[in-house]
Amino acid sequence: MSDSAYLNEVVNKTYQHGFITDIEMDVIPVGLNEDVIRLISQKKNEPEFLLQWRLQAYQYWLQMTPPQWQHLKIEPIDFQSISYYSAPKSNKDGPKSLDEVDPKLLETYDKLGVPLHERARLAGVAVDAVFDSVSVATTFKEKLAEAGVIFCPFSEAVKNHPDLVRQYLGSVVSYRDNFYAALNAAVFSDGSFVYIPPGVRCPMELSTYFRINSANTGQFERTLIIADADSYVSYLEGCTAPMRDENQLHAAVVELIALDRAQIKYSTVQNWYPGDEQGRGGIYNFVTKRGACRGVASKISWTQVETGSAITWKYPSVILQGDHSIGEFYSVALTRNYQQADTGTKMIHLGKNTRSTIIAKGISAGHGQSTYRGLVRVAPSAEKARNYSQCDSLLIGDLCGAHTYPYIEVKNSTAQIAHEASTSRIGEDQLFYCRQRGITTEDAVSMIVNGFCKEVFKELPMEFAVEAQKLMAVSLEGSVG
Amino acid sequence: MLKINNLWATVKDAAILKGINLQINPGEVHAIMGPNGSGKSTLANVLSGRPEYIVSQGEVEFLNQPLLSLTPEERAAQGLFLAFQYPVEIPGVNNLYFLKTAYNSIRKQKGLQPLDAFDFMKLVKDKIALLDMDEKFLHRSVNEGFSGGEKKRNEILQMLILEPRLAILDETDSGLDIDALQIVAKGVNSLRSPERAILVVTHYERLLRYIEPDFVHVLVKGQILKSGDKNLALSLEETGYQELIAEPRAEKH
Repeated sequence: MSDSAYLNEVVNKTYQHGFITDIEMDVIPVGLNEDVIRLISQKKNEPEFLLQWRLQAYQYWLQMTPPQWQHLKIEPIDFQSISYYSAPKSNKDGPKSLDEVDPKLLETYDKLGVPLHERARLAGVAVDAVFDSVSVATTFKEKLAEAGVIFCPFSEAVKNHPDLVRQYLGSVVSYRDNFYAALNAAVFSDGSFVYIPPGVRCPMELSTYFRINSANTGQFERTLIIADADSYVSYLEGCTAPMRDENQLHAAVVELIALDRAQIKYSTVQNWYPGDEQGRGGIYNFVTKRGACRGVASKISWTQVETGSAITWKYPSVILQGDHSIGEFYSVALTRNYQQADTGTKMIHLGKNTRSTIIAKGISAGHGQSTYRGLVRVAPSAEKARNYSQCDSLLIGDLCGAHTYPYIEVKNSTAQIAHEASTSRIGEDQLFYCRQRGITTEDAVSMIVNGFCKEVFKELPMEFAVEAQKLMAVSLEGSVG
Repeated sequence: MLKINNLWATVKDAAILKGINLQINPGEVHAIMGPNGSGKSTLANVLSGRPEYIVSQGEVEFLNQPLLSLTPEERAAQGLFLAFQYPVEIPGVNNLYFLKTAYNSIRKQKGLQPLDAFDFMKLVKDKIALLDMDEKFLHRSVNEGFSGGEKKRNEILQMLILEPRLAILDETDSGLDIDALQIVAKGVNSLRSPERAILVVTHYERLLRYIEPDFVHVLVKGQILKSGDKNLALSLEETGYQELIAEPRAEKH
């Protein structure tokens, strides 16, 4: 097979998690109004303060319009044609122990490569499994509780730890922040809640696996992670969805809070259904992720591998409030077929001697469009702030595109900012060079892409680094005929 | 070892090679010289199977097997090696990892077990010493940020490790200072043996002072106009190509 034919096949590889679980669901009718919000809140037995917060967010959202500044072509979304709540009927009374979870749900996660029982036996990773709008199982809750760590579905945290929720919810991402954050605040259904007490190093990796299953529903989860003084946590999230011809909306909010000397490492492997080779279907992924380094010498590190979704719109950011705090962003975004990604980060330096690092890698194939958009802001108070940014784009074929929009705002003359950017093409030259040395085209593409992503992959926890490499391989290699 | 019979080739619809005939036997060193644009590099690329180069006519036999129907990686496994004129950079791919992948890919195609990291490292250490290279080279990305001379040395390192039957050096001398040239030549000469052959493609006679050829061919406008021994290279250096080009076709091979 010639190199160009191979590359053509590479970009037309099909999605592997596209099945639908046939299970009885409780889905509320499509449409959005105050009654829908009250219904969601009622289904979750929420305290009054939360309902009021949702309603305020909803009123605010009504006055907003979707953002238009991103480099994305999007058909207008009809927010009245979406159902805002969908849960397996068997899950009516909330998450139970693993033994009580519907076998069909367990089977679903087995098929996705996240066997909940097996993971439960293999100590090391605790999983919260979110299916459409609700959490269906959380493993290792008791073991984590021994260490004082709270890891539970958001709706459970609202009931059992209302003070923590009330104190921190919306404190990093206000519902006034943007259109999708406001929508999420109004209708969010579930997600994960994590609290690490002072001085505790979380004894295992925490992870949440998000699955969208029902048609015509949106997923609006909310994750809140609080790392108290001198604590450490590593958290991973994974996402998949069935193949459907219609676009589906996913609008999540993630808030991280790191207090004095606390460290949060947040890793994402996002593999939502990307749409087919004609660009039909796929998830619209509008996500607001932000962390606040509130304490001195605290650290928040975002690592993301984005291979799915028809549209990706997300900018995991860090507000560096505490002196000597550190923010990091490591990203690989792959777009192929007609996928579009507009992703990047914001590093807001407020404290003295704050440091941030940005490493962003965009890979575009087919008609894919990858955009890096990043802001580095140094406030007048941020004495001796430092930032290093590096944005690299890799193009496969000649119909795709890569775009870079770095914004730098420096209000303190002691700041040191460095920005590097490059664009390259997996060219016939590189492939031929490898083949002349005896390496097959398939191995060569995989080697070149993994080489390109290396700086990011090495930031992932070990289990995920292997998964990410495999995912890239599945997404890119295809089978050579 | 290599038999080229009436080879015609085009690049982007332009005819570059127009009837090349050449035979290379084991143990021989051949040099192809010629002015810019004469088709020297095209010949090197056609032999190694670069996709953009289309053979319109003729046959090539390598080790008594037809060569042109093989993929580039199959040719490499047969023992054909091209030292590139412009080696490409592969960011993030460790040089040692690349070498080992290449080495073991070729072993796999031959049905051999891969060499483990320990044995492979031993093999590499011997070779880099010969080329006066720092071990740090192995841990850098393939050719990334290498100087022109370092890139060429890296090509020769790959050649010494892959131990080809036929090594084609495409303008390996370009961009080298005299010290680097001598080191590269030392590496190439260490590979000379009765089972191997070397084809040196060059614009200048300079390299041939260090890698002494058994035969010299002059390629002009896609045809070999003249062949001779190493003295032909020396006389070319004095007279230049102009005289030859002006002459009517002297002889046909």
